[in-house]
Amino acid sequence: MLAVRGLKKSFGTNTVLKSIDMQVDKGKVIAILGPSGSGKTTLLRCLNALEIPDEGIVGFEDHQVDFSQKVKQQELIKLRRKSGMVFQSYNLFPHRTVLENVMEGPVQVQKRDKQTVKAEAIELLDKVGLKDKKDLYPYQLSGGQQQRVGIARALAIKPELMLFDEPTSALDPELIGEVLRVMKDLANEGWTMVVVTHEIKFAQEIADEVIFIDGGVIVEQGPPADVLSHPKEERTQRFLHRILNPTE
Amino acid sequence: MLTSNMVFGGIVIPWELLQQSFWPILIEGIKVTIPLTLISFFFGIILALITALVRISNIKPLRWIFSVYVSAIRGTPLLVQLFIIFYLLPELNIMIDPYPTAIIAFSLNVGAYASEIIRASILSVPKGQWEAGFTIGMTYRKTLFRVILPQALRVSVPPLSNSFISLVKETSLASQILVTELFRKSQQIGATNLDQIVYIYILAAFIYWIICFVLSLAQHQLERRLDRYTAR
Repeated sequence: MLAVRGLKKSFGTNTVLKSIDMQVDKGKVIAILGPSGSGKTTLLRCLNALEIPDEGIVGFEDHQVDFSQKVKQQELIKLRRKSGMVFQSYNLFPHRTVLENVMEGPVQVQKRDKQTVKAEAIELLDKVGLKDKKDLYPYQLSGGQQQRVGIARALAIKPELMLFDEPTSALDPELIGEVLRVMKDLANEGWTMVVVTHEIKFAQEIADEVIFIDGGVIVEQGPPADVLSHPKEERTQRFLHRILNPTE
Repeated sequence: MLTSNMVFGGIVIPWELLQQSFWPILIEGIKVTIPLTLISFFFGIILALITALVRISNIKPLRWIFSVYVSAIRGTPLLVQLFIIFYLLPELNIMIDPYPTAIIAFSLNVGAYASEIIRASILSVPKGQWEAGFTIGMTYRKTLFRVILPQALRVSVPPLSNSFISLVKETSLASQILVTELFRKSQQIGATNLDQIVYIYILAAFIYWIICFVLSLAQHQLERRLDRYTAR
């Protein structure tokens, strides 16, 4: 569904991504792991052009963007509309209700019929367990609830691909579960997902493939049973050891 | 009803004169000062919004022009600006009355100051809000108008109200280019009652104060309405 070739990105003199290749097949869940500063969030943000790569190709089957050349704004918008994004800090629209947040994309961007969209939005909110909160404003919700609205808002535009940027990192520990459960449901429904996460257990359980990235390169990738349970590379082993034994 | 002058330790308050002058001055306030403020503020805000949007955009030459405009207006006295426009327009063979001349000057002035308020308010909206707009497929313009400006507006209401209330008082400068507004009316009444002129000016001050007080009540109402989506 999505193929990335030779993706490079620097911020000033700091090279964050050094030629990344990756492929996402339809219906698969890819977990991206890596130490902080490894470039994993930048990689995710390059997939929907929130960061503009310096070089490389981000290609969907029917829409390829080659960043080696100057890319028109219109091309970026088209690329962006392929995927839905869930942010670490939720980024809900504070001046709109839960329902309005979810309806904003389909109504304002896709110009779809308001009544149809409303019915769909309520269904999506039901799916994330927040139907009864539809008329509240974001500040009236807990972090976990806000993030679930964030997921519903991203789903509402009916993207081909769902991107998650550390969706549980800003949450209190007891709220992480409710968000991960929604994500697990989506995976079971067959959504194609790329998830940047620190939740090793979640990756182990849900992901079809794990990509371990460090220093702007993919160090190791494969099924979670290999990469997480029997990592070959020393850097992967060290990272997993640190995460699983934080006090050592 | 007080009809005679009251005496406080040698100070004689001319109540009768004040009662006679109150309505003529207040009427100029309602007929001239308030419309002058409202119209100038309206055009000023439009100009400010355009200026702010240009200055956060990446249209280089326009950005430069609007930066010079803001700098020049902020760097010169309003009274001098009024005089320049008052004398410049006839030089350019543009013959208009003092009243519209004042509107032009005040609008330009508000435009410069308020543009900085609006620009800062736009910049105060977290970057994540732009990104959230982009990721649901919005263009820059759509994100600006649907996501960023509504939030920026909330932030800018208190400082813009401040500008508005300042403008009410600054319109008194229009008296200097022969606009008969609240203050000029007081001057005219004072000129025929030179002995009591200070009381006429105190009366004028009092009327400005009432107008500004009512306006700040309106500001609180507006802030309350806009507060419905924020935790307090």
